[in-house]
Amino acid sequence: MAQTLRLRHSFLVRLTHWLTTLSFLALLVTGLEIVVSHPRFYWGEIGNVNTAPLFKIPIPSSRSMVPTGYHYVLADQNGWSRYLHFQSAWLLVLTGLLYVVVGFFTGHFRRNLLPSLADLSLSRLGQSIVQHLRFERPRPAEGWSYNVLQRLAYLLVIFILFPMIIWTGLAMSPSFVSAVPAAVNLLGGQQSARTLHFLLTIVLVLFLLIHLIMVVLAGFRSRMRAMITGRGAESLEPV
Amino acid sequence: MSKLSRRQLITTSLAVTAGASGLVVAAKLAESYGLIPPDSGGIYGAGETLTYAAQRLLTRHSLAREFSRSQISKNPFANEVAALAEPFQRLQQAGFADWRVNVDGLVAYPTSFSLSDLKGFPCRSHITMIQCEEGWSYIAEWIGAPLSHVLEQVGVFPQVRYLVYRSFQPDWWESIDMVDALHPQTLLTYAMNDSNLPVGFGGPLRMRVSRQLGYKNVKYITSLTLTDNLKSFGKGLGSAAPEAGYAWFAGL
Repeated sequence: MAQTLRLRHSFLVRLTHWLTTLSFLALLVTGLEIVVSHPRFYWGEIGNVNTAPLFKIPIPSSRSMVPTGYHYVLADQNGWSRYLHFQSAWLLVLTGLLYVVVGFFTGHFRRNLLPSLADLSLSRLGQSIVQHLRFERPRPAEGWSYNVLQRLAYLLVIFILFPMIIWTGLAMSPSFVSAVPAAVNLLGGQQSARTLHFLLTIVLVLFLLIHLIMVVLAGFRSRMRAMITGRGAESLEPV
Repeated sequence: MSKLSRRQLITTSLAVTAGASGLVVAAKLAESYGLIPPDSGGIYGAGETLTYAAQRLLTRHSLAREFSRSQISKNPFANEVAALAEPFQRLQQAGFADWRVNVDGLVAYPTSFSLSDLKGFPCRSHITMIQCEEGWSYIAEWIGAPLSHVLEQVGVFPQVRYLVYRSFQPDWWESIDMVDALHPQTLLTYAMNDSNLPVGFGGPLRMRVSRQLGYKNVKYITSLTLTDNLKSFGKGLGSAAPEAGYAWFAGL
């Protein structure tokens, strides 16, 4: 019974998708643990409890010297959090490099992510936005392709948000910026880099939430199956 | 599913063998070039080794960013330290005249330096940022004796790979490789901004490692030991930091 399976997602896309998921979740949890030791954010080169913050997060801290308004101190989790944060960052960067390099060579971005010029017209964009705002269930054909908003969102995440969060992360490293001072100077200082790193995290978490909502709306089982096994919605029928 | 052909089997096993031996060779090379940190074991060892090796390959001789005098923090934050035991107060009352730093290990001339001995070395300073792993920072002018000059005087043996340094606080000891120990910005700091180094900031003597986080910048330095191997110090992980769960290399 020779049956041609039409793959919705290539092996590379599936592998790098889940490696990115794994490293992103580890980075998120450990990043928040690190923030707990100093939930204050500054702008410019320096910042500490003796300087005015740009903003504070109203949570307790794992350090008694940080004025939080809470009368208790959380347990210090920075050691393993930092170890795991940087190990996960390596996984994310290496996965991202693999994905981007192979993606360019195989035409993945051109074929699957670059929106057509026609789709970028105001009326088509408006139409897509309205469909999304109405929470319309996507048509079956969309299970085999991405709509224009989806393409733009993925391109934004892949080519702007992830490079920016890696850059702002590196800009906090004292050894890295000793060799590449422009990496931090362009951002306005080391504390600015830390603040931007945190704000970019929030944007990426928002993306993750919307991404998950869309997956549920589109059909959790079929979308998960496509991203795990590669099989699309009609894969059981011969093509 | 088609059966695995003999050709595929041979190709796969050759690739696996080549990959495995490649890894072994890479590990040997990395070891001989000093790219493996002492806390490379354990579940976070891979990430730490990648970080340390990348930094040693790419940023070996770079200088930490220096700032202008106007950027010096007006209100630097002195991080809290464990209470200093009684002998410290006595030394402090005597203006630290009896403070000693013993240099030993793999050196030709083990020496005990006083603060005035250290002030006899050429004085160097830099205006640099110190960052705590928690996320806060300040900028100060750090003034002291370049560690490389001190090490030159005691005659460091060629096989030395690490410097172990200890504090008056017995739980706080650290080590750095010779890249950082001989780095021109690494100072035995005895003054900060316009005055002697205040006790809160590590006075009378603080190790200033300009490209690493605050916890490598140990306060109240009392001894330096040169060694070719960190295995015999503490639990063999390199310093107190990994023993407490923190990375040995804090340059990130």
